[in-house]
Amino acid sequence: MSLKEKLVSSFLAFELDADINSDVHDIRSKSIKEFEKIGFPDKKHEYWKYTPIKKVLNEKLTIFKKKRHLIEFEKVKDFFLGGIESYKIVLIDGMYDPLWSNTTHKGADICILSSVLENEKYSNVISKYFNKIIDHKESFSLLNSSFSKEGAYIHVPKNIELDKPIEIIHINSGGESSLMLQPRNLIILEKGSKAQIVESHYSLIGNNISPYTFPGYIDPLTNTLTEIHLEENANLDYYKIQNDLETTSIIDNTYINQKKNSTASCHTFSFGGNIVRNNLNFFQNGKNINSIMKGITILGSNQHTDHHTLVHHASPNCESYQEYKGIYNDKSTGVFNGKVVVDKIAQKINAFQQNNNLLVGDHSSVNTKPQLEIFADDVKCSHGCTIGQLDKSALFYLKTRGIAEKEAKGLLTYAFANNVLENVKMQVLKTKIKKIIAKKIGVNLGFEL
Amino acid sequence: MLKIQNLHVSIEDKAILNGLNLEVNPGEVHAIMGPNGSGKSTLSAVIAGNEDYEVTKGNIFYKDENIEDLSAEERAHKGIFMSFQYPVEIPGVTVTNFIKTAINSNLKARGLKEMPANEMLKNIRNKAALLEIDSKFLSRSLNEGFSGGEKKRNEIFQMAMLNPTLAILDETDSGLDIDALRIVANGVNKLRNENNAIIVITHYQRLLDHIIPDYVHVLQDGKIAKSGDKNLALQLEEKGYDWI
Repeated sequence: MSLKEKLVSSFLAFELDADINSDVHDIRSKSIKEFEKIGFPDKKHEYWKYTPIKKVLNEKLTIFKKKRHLIEFEKVKDFFLGGIESYKIVLIDGMYDPLWSNTTHKGADICILSSVLENEKYSNVISKYFNKIIDHKESFSLLNSSFSKEGAYIHVPKNIELDKPIEIIHINSGGESSLMLQPRNLIILEKGSKAQIVESHYSLIGNNISPYTFPGYIDPLTNTLTEIHLEENANLDYYKIQNDLETTSIIDNTYINQKKNSTASCHTFSFGGNIVRNNLNFFQNGKNINSIMKGITILGSNQHTDHHTLVHHASPNCESYQEYKGIYNDKSTGVFNGKVVVDKIAQKINAFQQNNNLLVGDHSSVNTKPQLEIFADDVKCSHGCTIGQLDKSALFYLKTRGIAEKEAKGLLTYAFANNVLENVKMQVLKTKIKKIIAKKIGVNLGFEL
Repeated sequence: MLKIQNLHVSIEDKAILNGLNLEVNPGEVHAIMGPNGSGKSTLSAVIAGNEDYEVTKGNIFYKDENIEDLSAEERAHKGIFMSFQYPVEIPGVTVTNFIKTAINSNLKARGLKEMPANEMLKNIRNKAALLEIDSKFLSRSLNEGFSGGEKKRNEIFQMAMLNPTLAILDETDSGLDIDALRIVANGVNKLRNENNAIIVITHYQRLLDHIIPDYVHVLQDGKIAKSGDKNLALQLEEKGYDWI
């Protein structure tokens, strides 16, 4: 049986206990039918041309988890931001872990999606927002919608500024082989509200701290989907930390719908993973919207990361800003595809896009492509990309100051990536990322970050 | 301290220096002047260890050691310093962090312990004061958005911190207004002593009004065409290079 057939036939068992009259069941059923029609993409699809996704679509993958794995705090504590208080939603092997989570219903709803989806109290919100801005032709989004159940549910009411950031943490225990996870987040920021969210992916296995390692283990594939609705004047900072093992894979579909005067920024830090695919989609529906996308990708060995961004400018006087930097070591490969669509009505918008890459490994490569579809005539759209090596004269400068070649290269690589972090407002997060970068580059920078 | 014998240097098969000789002793300041393209910057780059340049013939001895096979960082560890005409910008690394990294790299290479933080701070403050650099400047990213004057002051600040035995100042006066020139020259003069030597590479005589050289050399067509004392610089200012 192919993976597709297997997933389709899993659906019945998955929905065995579901209320067949509920809207959610209807959405899931329609999604799996649609998925069955279109199946998985391959390299013949332009959208997937440079990412060999088939490589990770192992037919042994399953959506069903056998048992629950408990994990001691010592082993996961580094996965948290630390140093500040936060709301937390922790999912271990896709399953909610109440032990390390910190949810709330006071002032705002910060909890798990499964507790909300089929709860009468939330039915109005769910029917208004759930599965409303998803691309119904995208296989992985359909698949996630078919099995959408667990993940974060965040609803911030009007004019509320959250007192603490929210952490959504996905942990692979290493105790379950061949899992295909389908986490689903729904985030709603009402008028004038404000939130900061950090979503991260980690594994216990491989750090030699998983008690569950066994032979024949097949790494999980996480197919995550996040749906975000920003009402007028809302403000969201979203940070994604993809710092998993070099063997796990992630497909991340994020859809953000913005209303007038809202600002959304999304930082994507991609350091781990075998194949990581990010589809980040922004829809601007209202005037004076600002959408910001930033990313740092640092890869080694045979890792592959693909960033597909889409900004749909459907209203006038808006802005979008994209800045992605990639550092590719060894045989790693990357993709950046930045699509900007400007509707005829969307006059006086300003869309900026920049992608700079450093090819460190002799066999590393990157495919970068701006894709602009502009139907308005009074707009400012700019894009640029570079692919290169470290500047030799800069390297010489550092060496004349007595800094050894390896450290000098590290320092320059660090400097190359650094300015992407400028807008990270959370100091603990900034420091955490800088430390990961320093470690990734493999040098002691010789000073406190 | 520095003995250059019959030095021939090329870059990408193009000969730039053709049999240059130079001897610099402790306590001396040498000025090297010459028209554009005469090889001035090549000479400084070769002494500092830039691997883009190929020494095809001749030798460079520093403290009686042939330094041909030493990397730029090894030369720095032995006390050679070069102030750049165009210092490199490094976003995200502050002046303070950069100089700390440099100082500790040198100490480590010499088998010494890292400098304690309080001593480092004191040192940084003293040397910054010498170049009239205020503390805000020290927490800015290295050379990023610096004016020409700030960049050059920062170069001499690094020189003061690293305390080299041989310093080569490559066109340190370019892009400086008269006040910045005075501050930079003043800084250099305070660092002069009987144990170190300075090579000043410049187009113009005006820097030599402030940093008085013991010797002036004219570099032309890849060799020293004429040597003299500080008066030679004045003559060049008046008559240009054609009369040599």
